[in-house]
Amino acid sequence: MSQTISLKSRLSPRRTLIDGAFRFFLYLSIFISLGMIFWIVSSLWNEAGWLLSWDLLTNYPSYDIDNAGFQSPLVGSLWVVGIATLVALPTGLLTALYLEEFAGKGNKFSRLIELNIQNLAGVPAVVFGLIGLAFIVRGFVKWGFTVGSAAAVIAMLMLPVIIIVSREAIRAVPPSYREGALALGATPWQAVWRLVLPSAIPGTATGSILAVSRAIGESAPLLLLGALSFVTFNPTGLDSPFTIMPLTIFKYASDSREEFQILASAGSLILMAVLFILNLIAIILRDIATRKRNV
Amino acid sequence: MSNDLQTKQFHTEIVGNNQGSAAQMNEVKSGPRIIDPVFTLEDVSVSYGKYVAVTDVNLQIPSNDITAFIGPSGCGKSTLIRTLNRTNDLIPGASVAGKVMYHDADLYDSKASAVEIRRRIGMVFQKPNPFPKSIYENVAFGPKVNGRPKKSELDEIVEKSLRGAALWDEVKDRLGASALGLSGGQQQRLCIARSLAVQPEVILMDEPCSALDPIATLRIEELMMELKKEYTIVIVTHNMQQAARVSTYTAYFVTEVNPLGDLRTGKLVEYDETKKIFSTPSDPRTEAYVTGKMG
Amino acid sequence: MGEVKVGHKSVLLSPSPHLSRRLNTQRVARYTMLLATTMSVIVTVGIVASLFPTAVRTMITIGTQIIGISWAPLFEPPEYGILPLFTGTIFIVAIAMLVAVPVGLAAAIFLSDYATFNLRRVVKPILEILAGIPTVVLGLFGLYVVNPLYVEKYWPIGEPLAYSALGAGFVTGILIVPIIASVADDALSAVPRAMREAAYALGATRREVASKVVFNAGLSGVVAALILAFARAFGETTIALMVAGSYPKFTANPGDPMMSLSAFIGFAGIGDAEVGSNAYNTIFLIGAILFLITLIFNIVGNRIIAKYREAYE
Repeated sequence: MSQTISLKSRLSPRRTLIDGAFRFFLYLSIFISLGMIFWIVSSLWNEAGWLLSWDLLTNYPSYDIDNAGFQSPLVGSLWVVGIATLVALPTGLLTALYLEEFAGKGNKFSRLIELNIQNLAGVPAVVFGLIGLAFIVRGFVKWGFTVGSAAAVIAMLMLPVIIIVSREAIRAVPPSYREGALALGATPWQAVWRLVLPSAIPGTATGSILAVSRAIGESAPLLLLGALSFVTFNPTGLDSPFTIMPLTIFKYASDSREEFQILASAGSLILMAVLFILNLIAIILRDIATRKRNV
Repeated sequence: MSNDLQTKQFHTEIVGNNQGSAAQMNEVKSGPRIIDPVFTLEDVSVSYGKYVAVTDVNLQIPSNDITAFIGPSGCGKSTLIRTLNRTNDLIPGASVAGKVMYHDADLYDSKASAVEIRRRIGMVFQKPNPFPKSIYENVAFGPKVNGRPKKSELDEIVEKSLRGAALWDEVKDRLGASALGLSGGQQQRLCIARSLAVQPEVILMDEPCSALDPIATLRIEELMMELKKEYTIVIVTHNMQQAARVSTYTAYFVTEVNPLGDLRTGKLVEYDETKKIFSTPSDPRTEAYVTGKMG
Repeated sequence: MGEVKVGHKSVLLSPSPHLSRRLNTQRVARYTMLLATTMSVIVTVGIVASLFPTAVRTMITIGTQIIGISWAPLFEPPEYGILPLFTGTIFIVAIAMLVAVPVGLAAAIFLSDYATFNLRRVVKPILEILAGIPTVVLGLFGLYVVNPLYVEKYWPIGEPLAYSALGAGFVTGILIVPIIASVADDALSAVPRAMREAAYALGATRREVASKVVFNAGLSGVVAALILAFARAFGETTIALMVAGSYPKFTANPGDPMMSLSAFIGFAGIGDAEVGSNAYNTIFLIGAILFLITLIFNIVGNRIIAKYREAYE
């Protein structure tokens, strides 16, 4: 009575083959990109894993491998990026709030600012070193090769990134929150301060942590700001000379002797560990943020 | 504050479309004449940029009663209700022509504060939009932004408002729980409670039941009948039975399409007592709509 | 029944004292935000003001010498032929794109159309970690692993040294894979689901949907991803400096050391370049060139992204 219908695949062998090959290529590509991390970390580990010890974190840079460590560059990175974050984070967040909530969409002023920020985010990092050299180290600020100069340059570098991620987080806050608050007689600023901002914090935090980790790994602009030297003491203030992790690694790497290769690799392992932890925090925060939104 | 309103006598007088003196017709071009109206709209047109959403509206809205705006999609009824508490201000390019009077005050006077207006004229939106806070904090939000109430006062306001919105018994044991965990109908009643907490005189409801199931809808309708004793309610609805069930006055809008067919403009066709609109409308278009021949 | 009155009740809609206070707070907040917003403009103005006066002055002194194949501004007598820096940059960027485009695009297609929700949740963060590897670490990897173990051993042309454009290009490629993957994935994921469903309903296989329908629909975003990645590779300094070396050789053999535009800034700017010295002047000239070229690519890329967003929103 009933007709027999076969739902078995009737793709031509050629089509099946191409589909399979395509799928294989995609998986291979993912495998390659993820494998890169493993490849890089494992070669660093083979080179210097045995050297890792607590001393490596507490000793100061030195040409003597047995006594060399990364205390001052670690503390230097913390100072530079810490201060830069203190400057760039509020500035970026306020800019994002202004552009999203107050400037008015689509008018000339906000479009100009927007374009400016986008392009600023694409300026090569090394160029920020040049403005630092011209205006902050010398020029009218004359701050010299100090923590303050470096923090100013890194802050400029972070600023557009923080603005962009904060704007995205703010945009993800449902407009109905704002409408609801305004309908109760809240001023726009109250709506922003009491509702929009708290809702945007997880997203902003995620993006900002990624920006911070990018800044910690940044080397090119500070090449021009005198961070490329062995500094065997921790910075004590904004006017201190300093060095940072990436450039200490760079410095070791520019010496071709075996023991310096090992030190550079060991420094890289430390740096990667720091960044990995930061990334992990960002991922967890984002998970919280998305879960909150889906309640 | 609304006690005086509650006890106040008010009466309305119907003016037929062709009756009344010319002087009266100049004041109010259509609809029932209402003594001591809350809102008086004279030649109101609302545009978004070049696009005119609704035009030439003349009507008066009585106090302590329910007035419904009905009509097909795109007839400008939602736009119009949003002009009554200046929620339209939030849309870039929106502009209002004509006069929107709230008692003796012009809502679009340059000295009038939109924030103050929204405090007095509350709004409930199409989709329930509770804030991502606890039930208690949702209701307390309005009083908090409008002043610094003491905890005891706040507790009292929260309870009173939740009772007023017929939600108290359902949530009194979990005031600290997230408002996002409530059902859709409960969320909408929470939004009503939230607006009651700032003691408005008017509550605007923009299709408040369109996201709710029939049972939740019925509860909101019962609540509206209860609320009209103390508040003036204006409701936009797609549901004609709803308008017939709850409202005393109904305004019917249509969409007019220009000859090119690229611009749609809303127009007020008829404004009258609900029972008249649904039994003996004077405009054939109204008749066609309420009897289901179109729209 | 006399005249119609407009409202008996008298209301005052001007702000109450409490509201006035709140509006004042808002005004202060607004000015603070506006001040913050101008910071980004100040930075841009600062970049332009720091680069161009020196760059233009230097350019005028150099004149037509700039078209030449020998770049040695720090030597006596200085030579200003910029072509080697351009070939160095182009080789490194081209190799990077060659490595990163297929892998990055495949990763994007995988994420948008093949990965399950959970797989996506795992792969995306890992790609972010890859994107977060500091360039100095990538440079180290190129210097200690790629150059000695692969380029020196297997590259057939010439006599490979410790530095090579090939190694630098490869490592820069690793750097930009996550950029291509994530920007292109955004573009492909933005393609409306209805379009995919329509294609599936016609009996297309997953590959056909992904590679023909979705990829074509998201093409502009994919192009933008490539342009932004290109700009990033173009401006990369540390990797080029560490892996391709600091010798501006004018050559067509990617196995040779080369110097990119940005690497020159890093190289000549290390230490204390005196104001007015040749090193100082030339790094600002190269900086200005670098700034202008990346600016063009970024503007084009971002404009394409803005267009496709508009189309789908």
